[in-house]
Amino acid sequence: MSSKERWGSRAGLVLASAGNAVGLGNFLRFPAQAAQHGGGAFLIPYLTCFLLMGIPLLWVEWSIGRLGGRYGHHTAPGMFDRLGRHPSFKYLGAIGLCSCVCVAGYYCYIESWTLAYVWHSVVGTFKTIPPERFFPDYLGQHQGSLFAFPREAAFWFLVTVALNVWVLSRGLAKGIELASKIGMPLLILFGAVLAVKGLTLPPGAPGVVESPLAGLNFVWNPRPSGLFDPSTWLAAAGQNFFTLSIGMGSIQCYAAYVKANEDIALNAASMGWMTEFVEIILGGSILIPIATAYLGLAAVQAATAGGSGFGLGFLTLPKLFLNWGWFAPVAGALWFGLLFFAGITSSLAMGQPVMAFLEDEFKIERRKAALMFGGTTAALGFFCVWLYPGGAFDEFDFWTGTVALVVFALIETFIFAYVFGMDKGWEEITRGADMKVPRVFRYVIPYVTPFLLVTIFVAALVKPAGAWGAAMASLTSGQGWPFAPDSIIGKIVHAGGTYAWFDAAGRGTRDLVIDLTRVLLTVILAICMGLVWRAWRRGRSPA
Amino acid sequence: MTRAAWLMLAVTWAVIAYFNVRFFGMVLRKK
Repeated sequence: MSSKERWGSRAGLVLASAGNAVGLGNFLRFPAQAAQHGGGAFLIPYLTCFLLMGIPLLWVEWSIGRLGGRYGHHTAPGMFDRLGRHPSFKYLGAIGLCSCVCVAGYYCYIESWTLAYVWHSVVGTFKTIPPERFFPDYLGQHQGSLFAFPREAAFWFLVTVALNVWVLSRGLAKGIELASKIGMPLLILFGAVLAVKGLTLPPGAPGVVESPLAGLNFVWNPRPSGLFDPSTWLAAAGQNFFTLSIGMGSIQCYAAYVKANEDIALNAASMGWMTEFVEIILGGSILIPIATAYLGLAAVQAATAGGSGFGLGFLTLPKLFLNWGWFAPVAGALWFGLLFFAGITSSLAMGQPVMAFLEDEFKIERRKAALMFGGTTAALGFFCVWLYPGGAFDEFDFWTGTVALVVFALIETFIFAYVFGMDKGWEEITRGADMKVPRVFRYVIPYVTPFLLVTIFVAALVKPAGAWGAAMASLTSGQGWPFAPDSIIGKIVHAGGTYAWFDAAGRGTRDLVIDLTRVLLTVILAICMGLVWRAWRRGRSPA
Repeated sequence: MTRAAWLMLAVTWAVIAYFNVRFFGMVLRKK
């Protein structure tokens, strides 16, 4: 039974937690975000948000988790039920469960791309097929239909899901912890090798057009004007929030397996700073410097203008590695291998809460629970694989991997600080602590952290199509607020284009796929809430 | 690299390295 399971070692727990937080975004999104929002100056709001929102939320989640574990609950519904004073709180916990199920579906799909890229790097596919042609074919985007089924992508996706199920079925210490003890040091080693190799590329080397240090300068040169731009602070808060894997119940689940009086404050702080190490030191030193050396700074600036390094990571880097001769396949395997380790340690953290829920509340045996998680992930993932060109993947990411996380974090902070109460909450955070938690956080958690979360949420809700200043001018001049197509309201009303389910030829459109995906996501949330209702109604939930 | 960029990089890396050594070091010591 999961309630009797424990972590094998404390270092293993911290590595597993850091592995949970470290993901592809650390290597692909962070450097682009920093470069686009003030360079080195971006780190000031970024670290400020880490101290005022990231670390406090980590402490809140670890506390909720350890408290829930004491009562045999390893997932958010049971934990919220214990914290709250109203029976409806357990249904709010179902949002976290729903996020884990849905995010695992599409996240395993991205993870499978990295595995496929390791293979294709080693066998030298990119010598003959340029990645910018390989990738759309791989995703089924070149088959003339929104409903094309990419066979190779499906194969690697199944392999990835099977790997996750196998690790999860081995249990906490022999599965997740062991995978993290192997994966995290390898990730750091691979990252360090690539960073050193990239930053020491000599100016005269074949293909090198600019010093890689120009790329490092692009990431780090502080442009103080960025500090006075609200979008810089929003970007910093958002990047910080999403990099720590907060808001989906996975940290709580890991923390639920520690003993009642075991430290959580130091574990949480260590995990948080380890994630920052991977993101800032490794993540900031690989992608952009290497790309700058071979493409020049102007091309890299253009490629990262949208705030994502995804194109550089999957489309450009495999090609640039070809300049490294015999080391090219090794470099490709290292780069995509580190992305794979970053991915799998995160997807395992999404699987564990789902399994724990089935084990705790329905008394399902671990291997069977792992298979059920694998089956659900495969089914949801296939939906993404199949309908990727139609936008299903982006919808999953937006609603369950972005909006739901902020909503869940707001709910848990409110319940922890105002329902459970900060006096008891502070006692939970500091009980058994191996470090002195600064008392100022006793006040940061109930006031500052929720303020930052609300700001992120409102900004996502009403994000304007252009600059915030221009949107305000548009509003005050009576022309209305121009919602961005990727704002929450913009998404709901399908802003930015004509809306139709079928085109003139009667074929399904992107709008149809998007609406179908939203219906599916709503059904999954309803099923999660229904399972919570059923578990409590049957009285099989632990006391 | 400009001097400001080096300075920003050095200070940030030093802060991150300090807290990692301090906290993870404590985790390893206090098993």
